Amino acid sequence: MSETTHGTGGLTFDASRRVWPNELNIFGALVLIVLIFEVLGALLMGQSFLFDTQGRFGSIFNEQRLYIIILQVSIVGIIAIGVTQVIISGGIDLSSGSVVGATAMIAMSFAQVAEVNGHPNPKAVFGPAFMDLPVIVPVVVGLACGLVAGLINGLLIAYTRIPPFIATLGMMVTARGVAKWWSKGQPISFPTDSYAMIGNGLGGWMPVFIFVGLAILFQLILKYTVYGKHTYAIGSNEDAARMSGIKVARHKVLVYVIAGMLAALAALVLSSKNLTAQAGMGVMYELDAIAMAVIGGVSLSGGRGSVVGTVLGALIFGVIISGFTFLRLDAYYQEMVKGAIIVGAVVLDQYRQRFASQR
Amino acid sequence: MSDDVILETRDLTKHYGGVHALEGANFILRRGEHVAIMGDNGAGKSTFVRQITGVEQPTRGQIIFDGIPRQFSGPIDAREAGIETVFQTLALADDLDVPDNLFLGREKTLFNLGPFSILDYRAMREATLRGLERTAVKIPNIRNKIRNMSGGQRQCVAIARTATFHSKLTIMDEPTAALGVQETAQVENIIRTLKETGEPLILISHNMRQVFDLVDRIVVFRRGRIVANLNKQETDPQDVVAYITGAKTGAEYQDAA
Ligand SMILES: Nc1ncnc2c1ncn2[C@@H]1O[C@H](COP(=O)(O)OP(=O)(O)OP(=O)(O)O)[C@@H](O)[C@H]1O
Ligand SMILES: [Mg+2]
Repeated sequence: MSETTHGTGGLTFDASRRVWPNELNIFGALVLIVLIFEVLGALLMGQSFLFDTQGRFGSIFNEQRLYIIILQVSIVGIIAIGVTQVIISGGIDLSSGSVVGATAMIAMSFAQVAEVNGHPNPKAVFGPAFMDLPVIVPVVVGLACGLVAGLINGLLIAYTRIPPFIATLGMMVTARGVAKWWSKGQPISFPTDSYAMIGNGLGGWMPVFIFVGLAILFQLILKYTVYGKHTYAIGSNEDAARMSGIKVARHKVLVYVIAGMLAALAALVLSSKNLTAQAGMGVMYELDAIAMAVIGGVSLSGGRGSVVGTVLGALIFGVIISGFTFLRLDAYYQEMVKGAIIVGAVVLDQYRQRFASQR
Repeated sequence: MSDDVILETRDLTKHYGGVHALEGANFILRRGEHVAIMGDNGAGKSTFVRQITGVEQPTRGQIIFDGIPRQFSGPIDAREAGIETVFQTLALADDLDVPDNLFLGREKTLFNLGPFSILDYRAMREATLRGLERTAVKIPNIRNKIRNMSGGQRQCVAIARTATFHSKLTIMDEPTAALGVQETAQVENIIRTLKETGEPLILISHNMRQVFDLVDRIVVFRRGRIVANLNKQETDPQDVVAYITGAKTGAEYQDAA
C-alpha cells in the first residue's frame, strides 16, 4: 500500500511515486539512435556499427570506433560542461570556440621547445628565454586567457545589461581576431613533451579522463553546492533570485569565468593532442557545445538541465557524427543533420515545457 | 521617537521617471501592531513595500526600523535586519522545490567553502517540514517543483517561507489573492498566530472582511499618497471605501491630496 497525504485543495498525492528523470529519456534516445545505425549498418553496409563482428578486437565491441566517438566528444564536451551551467543560469555563450582558438595560440607559444632535431625551433614565437618552460607556464597562461575572456563576458552581461547573446558574440569575433593576430596567422608547433602529455597521456585517454573527471565534478557542484542552487535559481526566475538576496550580478560573472576557463582547458587539451595550434582552431565548437547541452535536455530558457544530461547529449552527438562516417555519407550531410538536430532539440524542449505542467 | 515604534517612514518617495508612484509617505508601525494597507490598483502599495524591503532604493525619504535609520542596499539587508516579506509576485524560483525556495539565498550548509559550500539538504528539508507544520500550511509533496503547483499552493509556499523564520516585522502583499476558502482561512490563522506572539505585520489586502477581522489599524493609499489612518474601532467598511475612492480624505492629509 502506498503512503498518501492530503494537500491543498484536498488533492491526494502518492508520496511513493518517483519522478521519472529526464536523463533516462535521453539515455533511451541514445540507445535508440545506436540501434538505428546498427540496423542501417546491417542493411546497407553488411556490418555492425558498434560491435565487433569480425573478431578484430579482444572484446565484443568495435573498440576503435568507440574510442574515436568518445575522444571526439571529450574535447568539445569539456566546453559543453561550462556552456551547460551558462545556459542553466539563463544565459548563452557563443564565444567558447573562439576562446579555444585564442587560448591555443597563446598557450602553445609558451610551450615550445628550443630545438627540433638539433635545429632551432622553426615555428618559434618568442626568443630562447621563453622556450623549454615547465608545463605549468603554458597551463597557467592558458587558463588565464580563459579567465580574462570569461571575466569580460561576465562583467558585460552582469553590469551593463547587454544581452548574453550580444556580449558573447562580440567576444567570439574579438577572440578569433586575437588568435589570428597573435602569430600573424602562422601555426605554432613543437611543444615540449610534458605539454604533449595533456592531450596524449594515459595512452591517448587523457582527454577522456579530463572530460569525465570534470563532468563528475560539475554534476556534483551543480547539485550539491550553493553555487549550483543559485545558478538554477537565477535561470529559473532572476527577479525572485534577486529578491531572495542572491547576488545575481556577482554570480553571473563567476558563471562566465568558469565557462571561459573550461573553454581554455579544452584549448590546452586540443593543442596538446594535435601538437600544434592554429588560428582556426575551435571554429563552430561553441555551437557543437550548445547542441550537446540542448540535446542533453538543458533548457535554453534556463533553470533546467544537468551535466549528466549534457554528457549523454555529447554521446548522442558523437554517435550521430560517427554513424554518418560509418555509413560513408558526405560531410555536407553531417552539417545539415547537425543543424536539424539542434533545432529539433529546441522544439522538443519547448514541447516539454508546455506539457510539463500538465503531467 | 518612542521605543515602541518598530517601523517609521518619513517623507518616503519613489518616482519611476515621471511616474510618482509614492509621494511623501509618513507611516508608523508600533511593536505588536497589525496594520492593513488598502487602496485601489496602482495606488502605490507594492511600491511602498519595495522601498522598505530594500528591493528598490527610494527617491527620497527616511526609513527608521527598530530604532535605527536604515538604507537597505538589498533585500538580504532588510531580511537580516528582521523584515520578512511575501511579495505580490511571490518571488519563487519555478524550477526549484519547496525547501530550495524556503532557503533560497540563506541555504544551510555543511562546510563553508564560499560559493562552493556544500548544501545540507537534510537539515533544510526537516526545517521545511517543521515550518509547514507550525504554520499549518499543507503542501502535498515538498519535493515537487514550484512550476507544477497551483497558484494557491505557490502562495502557500511563499507564506510559509516568511512564517518559518522568526522576524521583527512581517509584510504580506496580497497573500490571499489566489487562495480558496480553506487556504485563506489557513493564512488568516497564520496571521492570528503572529498577533498572539506579538510580531508586527503589514498586510496589504483588497478584502474588506479580512482586514476588519485581522488588523488594528487601516492606512489608505490613493495615487501614491497616504490619505487616511483609521483605527478599526472608529471606522467601518463604507468609510474606508470612501477614502479609497477619493470621496473622503483624512483631515490631517487634506493638503497632501
Ligand atoms: N518599475 C516601475 N516602473 C514604472 N512604473 C512603475 C513601476 N512599478 C510600479 N509602477 C507604477 O507605480 C504605480 C504604483 O504601483 P504599485 O505596484 O505600487 O500599485 P499597487 O498599489 O500595489 O497596486 P495593486 O493593488 O494592483 O497591486 C502604478 O501606476 C505602477 O504602474
Ligand atoms: Mg501591489
